[in-house]
Amino acid sequence: MIRFENVGLRYGVGPEILRDLSFDIRPRSFQFLTGPSGAGKTTLMRLIFMAMRPTRGLINVFGRDATSLTKSDLPAVRRRIGVVFQDFRLLDHLTTFENVALPLRVLNKEESSYRTDVVELLRWVGLGDRMHAFPPVLSGGEKQRAAIARALIGKPEILLADEPTGNVDPPLARRLMRLFVELNRLGTSVVIATHDINLMNQFNARRLVIEEGRLTVYE
Amino acid sequence: MRKPSQLIPENTMAGNALTIVVAIMCFLACLTLGSVTLVRDASREWQGDILREVTIQVRPSDGRDSAADAAKAASIARLFPGVASAEVLSDQESNALLEPWLGTGLDLSDLPVPRLIVVRVSDPDRVDLAELGLKIKAEVPTATLDDHRAWTSRIQTMASATVLVGLSILALVFVATILSVVFATRGAMAGNKDVVSVLHFVGAEDGYIAREFQRHFLMLGLRGGLAGAAAAAVLFLLMGLILGPSVSSGTGEQMSALFGRFSVGPIGYFGALGIAFLIAVMTAVTSRIAVYRYLAETD
Repeated sequence: MIRFENVGLRYGVGPEILRDLSFDIRPRSFQFLTGPSGAGKTTLMRLIFMAMRPTRGLINVFGRDATSLTKSDLPAVRRRIGVVFQDFRLLDHLTTFENVALPLRVLNKEESSYRTDVVELLRWVGLGDRMHAFPPVLSGGEKQRAAIARALIGKPEILLADEPTGNVDPPLARRLMRLFVELNRLGTSVVIATHDINLMNQFNARRLVIEEGRLTVYE
Repeated sequence: MRKPSQLIPENTMAGNALTIVVAIMCFLACLTLGSVTLVRDASREWQGDILREVTIQVRPSDGRDSAADAAKAASIARLFPGVASAEVLSDQESNALLEPWLGTGLDLSDLPVPRLIVVRVSDPDRVDLAELGLKIKAEVPTATLDDHRAWTSRIQTMASATVLVGLSILALVFVATILSVVFATRGAMAGNKDVVSVLHFVGAEDGYIAREFQRHFLMLGLRGGLAGAAAAAVLFLLMGLILGPSVSSGTGEQMSALFGRFSVGPIGYFGALGIAFLIAVMTAVTSRIAVYRYLAETD
């Protein structure tokens, strides 16, 4: 689905912050992306999501060379990738329901066509009674779940989650992880960026470890 | 069911400021348009009045009976096609015309005061004033016809200049509005950077984002535009009432003499409405272009 070959990234004329990254994300796979804080996990997520372009190397996304993708190709590709950001990026002036429904709304779909799906998903992530609340009044865990629901509503082929358990207590973190595992069981490839060793130890999953700009894959 | 929230936050400080700017711009544009129509209507009225009335002047001359000459000239004029009436002014009426300059109580019988004939034209297009002038001159050598053409041409020049200045001001107001909207849009885009970024990563196309911003600015432009146009319309109405012909104040009389009825006609009011919509559309189109530019730059 996604393949990196000798990918490198530098900002301006500075040193390379990511060097010779070569790995792939296979269909229906589950993996952790880990490494010390500041190692470049979020940057790598941005490269996968094509919010950034590499300075060298090859990125193949859904069978297409990323360099051949034009600006107008990006929205369609991005719809196949769900992203949960570390800082949630919910829109404060929209309700939880509207935030979660956003990926469908931007496709010009009528609310009546997706209302049931959104409500069901909100119930699935435990926000059934908070759908009319605005993000400023949600707790960290609720925002996290709303962000996850928004990433999932478009039924993406890959889910990228950046520190999805970073703002929640251990029981909720376990619950969210169970949600990701269930999602993977249903066919979505999952990439979870985390530096929480204890959390990773609870799951027998592939690990992509970034350290000093280089990536090592532990199958 | 609750109406979905707008994707671009409403009632922000920048949005409200732009609404006020658009309202002021629209108000100024409507005032300009109102003034232009007022001057144009007034000049047409003046021209109409002037064209419908010409004067024949019979100068006193030794050995000639000016009263008989005046009566003769009047009867020639009366029979001329397109002339409704021709009346010789009486001595009292002539004296009354001179009173403002010479004062009252003067005996003007010894002065060589010309006799005046007021000729009213029924159809300015039908009457050939040059022909009439020649005919009268031929029959009554001491008579001359004054058709006020010099005045008409001056009024036309002045009115055209005023209309041109008004249209230039309108154009400047439109340009200022466009520039304000460009800056406001860029400010709004920068202020809504997070919204744009979220819309991008949920897979929204640039066209969708541009449409959302365009709709936002169209509504904002409409609100501002209609407020400005409504304020201008209220001002037109108030001015019409205060300076209307029914008011017998000195200012009212002067304004009435200058502008006839001080009232902005339907063109002024419909024009104000048109300007409001035009400014709203301009705001929307300008914002769409600015949004596309912003998206191209930020990608």
